Amino acid sequence: MATEEHAAEGSTLVFHPMDQFIVKPLFGEGPVAWYTPTNATLWMGLAIVAVIALLVLSTSKRAIVPGRGQSIAEMAYGFVYKMVEDVTGKDGIKYFPYIMTLFMFIVCANFLGLIPGSFTTTSHIAVTAILGFGVFICVTILGFVKNGTHFLGLFWVSSAPLALRPILAIIELISYFVRPVSHSIRLAGNMMAGHAVLKVFAGFAQVAAIAPIAILGVTAIYGLELLVAFIQAYVFTILTCVYLKDALHPGH
Amino acid sequence: MATPTHDAGHAAATSAPGMPQLNIEHFPNQIFWLAVTLVVIYFVLSRVALPRIGGILAERAGTITNDIAAAEELKAKALAAEEAYNKALADARTEANRIAAATKAEIQGELAQAIAKADAEIAAKTAESEKAVAEIRAGAAAAVEEVARDTAAALVAALGGKDDAKAVNAAVDTRIKG
Repeated sequence: MATEEHAAEGSTLVFHPMDQFIVKPLFGEGPVAWYTPTNATLWMGLAIVAVIALLVLSTSKRAIVPGRGQSIAEMAYGFVYKMVEDVTGKDGIKYFPYIMTLFMFIVCANFLGLIPGSFTTTSHIAVTAILGFGVFICVTILGFVKNGTHFLGLFWVSSAPLALRPILAIIELISYFVRPVSHSIRLAGNMMAGHAVLKVFAGFAQVAAIAPIAILGVTAIYGLELLVAFIQAYVFTILTCVYLKDALHPGH
Repeated sequence: MATPTHDAGHAAATSAPGMPQLNIEHFPNQIFWLAVTLVVIYFVLSRVALPRIGGILAERAGTITNDIAAAEELKAKALAAEEAYNKALADARTEANRIAAATKAEIQGELAQAIAKADAEIAAKTAESEKAVAEIRAGAAAAVEEVARDTAAALVAALGGKDDAKAVNAAVDTRIKG
């Protein structure tokens, strides 16, 4: 089939590595309105199902000696709880459910996106930008509510020589406003790049001569992507914790 | 993930140039559904999952603490039991020693009493014997005196002397005493 099409294409390899990211309505054709159930809706819904299965169904027995599923749930809980506690301190614990929500959504969406044929919701800048700017706005408001104008001390490095402070303040200010951009693009970029690379390798598998190498490449990249899926969720979460810590304790 | 070559002409026609991620038409849709998803996950976590898992972990920590406390208690009990056993052993040993000493003293007392009694009897017997010996000795002396007197009287008579009893007796007495 591939070779026939090749002939039809005039021996040009046709890759559409970005087609996997197209948002399509689930039912029928037509324009995508804000409420239309799309493939994004489907895979976000599956992420919810995955979260419920991981954290609710697996713990339904409330066993003192945990089974396999319950161990995973407890591990995820302990992992994020400890992260929040270590990075933001004791007073950050009350924001733990929000951070856990972010972590569980991102990790489930990332791993679901690795199922062949799936749609990776976290590869979309619209999604990660909402996550990233959401964190940024919440944390900034929280910083001003908790600390008032003292929150601006975050930009005024009191440990630096006085002459340097205005320059540092500008740098700090820029870096502060770049945070949500890097925060969201890091996640979307990693997910998109990995999936696109997988698709490119899969495209090369059409050519018989390099198919084994291409398939080996797909396998290797897939393994890497499994790692990236977790690491990006972890990075997003720990950066959220760091920003939260800055909002709660700006003076340092 | 449609296979890249599947219906290549159609795919080429439908795939938008550039990144689908930058298609602003799809943003409201994704943002809306993301918000729905996050709210649902947040409520599932904060109402059900997190309290439950936190409860399980707390319960486990409690169970472990209780078990450790129970183990400590049992250990303390075992130690107390051992101490009680040792004390009972020591008590029994002291009691045995005391009884042995008492018995020894009793036996010693009885023995001393018996020895004293035997000594007294021996002394009484000795005194009695001595008295008898003295009597016999006295009796013998008297008999000697009488025999001497009779013999002296007979000798005086035989020799033709006068039977002067008084003089004979006096002579015998002096001889016996001398």
